[in-house]
Amino acid sequence: MITQLPPRQDVLARRDAIVAGLRRLLPPDAVIAEPLRLRPYETDGLAAYRQVPLAVALPETTAQVAAVMQFLHREGVPVVPRGAGTSLSGGALPMADSVVLGLMRLNRILEIDTADRLAVVQAGVTNIAITQAVQGKGFFYAPDPSSQLACMIGGNVSMNAGGAHCLRYGVTTNNLLGLKLVTVEGEVVEIGGCHFDAAGYDWLGLLTGSEGQLAIVTEVTVRLLHAPEGARAMLVAFRSNEVAGACVASIIASGIIPVALEFMDRPAIHACEAFAHAGYPLDAEALLIIEVEGSPAEQDELLGRLQELCARHEPTSLRVSACAEESAAIWKGRKGAFGAVGRISPDYLCMDGVIPTSRLADVLHRIGEMGAETGLQVANIFHAGDGNLHPLIMFDANDPDSFRRAERLGADILTLCVEAGGCLTGEHGVGMEKRDLMGVQFTAVELDQQRRIKSAFDPGWLLNPSKVFPLPAAPA
Amino acid sequence: MSAGLATEPLAPADEAGVAASVRAAYQAGEPLLVLGNGSKRGMLRPVQAGRTLSTGGLAGVTLYSPQELVLSARAGTTVADLTAAVAAQGQQITAEIPDFSALLGSSAPPTLGGAVAANLSGPRRVAWGALRDHVLGVRAVNGTGEVIRSGGRVLKNVTGLDLCKLLTGSHGTLAVLTEITLKVLPAAERRATLVLRGLDPVQGVAALSAALGSPYGVSAAAYVPADLAALVPGLHGAAALVRLEDFASFVSYRSERLRADLSSFGPADLLDDAATLAAWAAIRDAAPLAGEPGAIWRVSVRPSAGPRVAAVLERMFGARWFLDWGGGLVWIAGPATAAAHEAVCAAAREAGGTWTLLRAPEALRAAVEVIPPEAKTLAAIARRVKAAFDPKAILNPGRMRAGE
Repeated sequence: MITQLPPRQDVLARRDAIVAGLRRLLPPDAVIAEPLRLRPYETDGLAAYRQVPLAVALPETTAQVAAVMQFLHREGVPVVPRGAGTSLSGGALPMADSVVLGLMRLNRILEIDTADRLAVVQAGVTNIAITQAVQGKGFFYAPDPSSQLACMIGGNVSMNAGGAHCLRYGVTTNNLLGLKLVTVEGEVVEIGGCHFDAAGYDWLGLLTGSEGQLAIVTEVTVRLLHAPEGARAMLVAFRSNEVAGACVASIIASGIIPVALEFMDRPAIHACEAFAHAGYPLDAEALLIIEVEGSPAEQDELLGRLQELCARHEPTSLRVSACAEESAAIWKGRKGAFGAVGRISPDYLCMDGVIPTSRLADVLHRIGEMGAETGLQVANIFHAGDGNLHPLIMFDANDPDSFRRAERLGADILTLCVEAGGCLTGEHGVGMEKRDLMGVQFTAVELDQQRRIKSAFDPGWLLNPSKVFPLPAAPA
Repeated sequence: MSAGLATEPLAPADEAGVAASVRAAYQAGEPLLVLGNGSKRGMLRPVQAGRTLSTGGLAGVTLYSPQELVLSARAGTTVADLTAAVAAQGQQITAEIPDFSALLGSSAPPTLGGAVAANLSGPRRVAWGALRDHVLGVRAVNGTGEVIRSGGRVLKNVTGLDLCKLLTGSHGTLAVLTEITLKVLPAAERRATLVLRGLDPVQGVAALSAALGSPYGVSAAAYVPADLAALVPGLHGAAALVRLEDFASFVSYRSERLRADLSSFGPADLLDDAATLAAWAAIRDAAPLAGEPGAIWRVSVRPSAGPRVAAVLERMFGARWFLDWGGGLVWIAGPATAAAHEAVCAAAREAGGTWTLLRAPEALRAAVEVIPPEAKTLAAIARRVKAAFDPKAILNPGRMRAGE
């Protein structure tokens, strides 16, 4: 288990007064302090880590968020911001001495303007709700993390969420125009707006992906895009990871940027097929799902070019969908992948390293060896076009040794990613999970530079403590 | 003019040399004018510094992997050299970096470091993002002479605070960029431009919004009024322009579909590949305003507000102007006076937007707010962030705002 800062005893001692203070600022049902009702907030999407918070505050407006932050700042109480609690890196994991600031009640869409191609929404609006609000006019909000039914835009901004289509449409940071923020002192700050590229420092870029370390996001102005005429997928199976990796490289080099380019290795193919019965070839070592967009004729042309390219890599099978239903069937296994792995193994860690795409085959080979050495099964599912790996490490949570080995293997895989020229995390964030690996990617000087920026926003280090930055002197 | 010209500029040949120069300046508490080749010195506020530090000597591509869409180059590499390097592999620098040499009266070749420090993005910004959206990694030297890296050479990366974004567009006031990694994309097989003639600015922007809100992947959208049309190749009279870039067969199909979808705005002419390249290069570099005397501003607003900003400034001081980014980027020329500048600021503020005084005599640039001031809370954070990089405030002091 990862080390946390020791709780501030003075804060724990003032628990009742802090709860009473929150109750004076918020509606009666917006403060949770009863032990049983705190339990749902003890963890997030990384369920291996649990900690019941001091209290939970559920404000409904930016003004209430500001009032709560002013109060907690005055009282010296740490704050853990939380959207839907879907973080896979422990980004919303509470601390014993912290108040969880839940933004889910800020759930209104404030403005939609398809002529100016933007929407202004509160932080607790779900990712999918933005697209649902505009799809009748043919528009969508592009980043589509796999938790998009549940995850909220405020959390998407804080973690710079990605998705399966970022090769074409970018991640969260590329699809924002403005933010409304509340500082640790409880001041409301607006950055950006309804326009591109505010002159001055790029606060929008700095805040996006800052994992709740710098400020609380309460409102977000997003770019809307018009959907393409249509999309279609193809499924290609290969006899080895090496060959599939080479095929990915030749697709990108050909000048075609598919809107999605997903890769599954043999363990992932088997898990998904057993779960979803999508018709995946079980004799394949590696599978690519390739999706293209455009008119039906354009789709035909691109899929034709891609078939030619794939044929040069001697696929063991190749299936091009003829219609939306067949595309959905191809995607069915991939979209159910996490559930599928969950059926084989009740517990798994979903990693999120990134590597240069030229290193796909040898990194996968090494991950396989490392899994065998540790006695744990690893299934690999990832966004191949941008090298974002999601190794799923299966373990047994009832066996502490199994969990320790899984954590260790995860750390070794991420270290391998950095050594291969990549990074620790492509879309899940550092959070609690990867905090102690930051020294693998950054020098002490670089980490100190980032810490000084954190201090410029949050001098007392009250925002989302114990995460992202390795602890200065970890207590034993 | 700053005293930097009087002494020999520091022009190290590598990052270690940049770090040594900054460290010495830090120890001496001596401000530095930081630049690449200095092609954009006419922008923003003049810097008061005893020495000049140029990254122009740090040249060369250090990594180019077309099949991974990544390109790394040292800060002093010229934009022209980079453009040629990616073109040779059938790729492009997505942000379509503009060249303001004519506008600013500079003959120095713009560098990658300078373009990134200024976050300069061309017409493709409206569809494919700003230059900052394509910066995957940076190496830089902070104000104490330390080398820092952020991001890397992979396409997705959320590890730690995103200093790539913060340093892009910071005009050398936080750190000296020494190397930059960009995401690059395949260049289109073919280009074409639909030209809708004779629309007034409001109708014109409505047509641009309709085009950008179509499924056809429009990559640029601009409006040029009648008085400047002759300065854009292929135009005569007021015109709304919509660019398509894609595989050749896609461009043929999509231009016909768009022409039909936009028929309520009138008939559309088509510019071919070569004419498209020429027209959009002119728009990218603000060529229609390069010959104007006086000051040049860039105002960024929500697209539907662009025509009103233009109309107000035309009435107030006879502004010459055109619109890019679907109407959201208002290019303005007018008299280099504090009164005209205040009118631009007021119009931008009223539209909820932002401004940059891009060109003016030094006296005006030193006297006015060349970019919008920040609200009190944010300004205090900005001062602390500046100090977190550059505690003695030696890097380009006063470049963006007075006293910073």
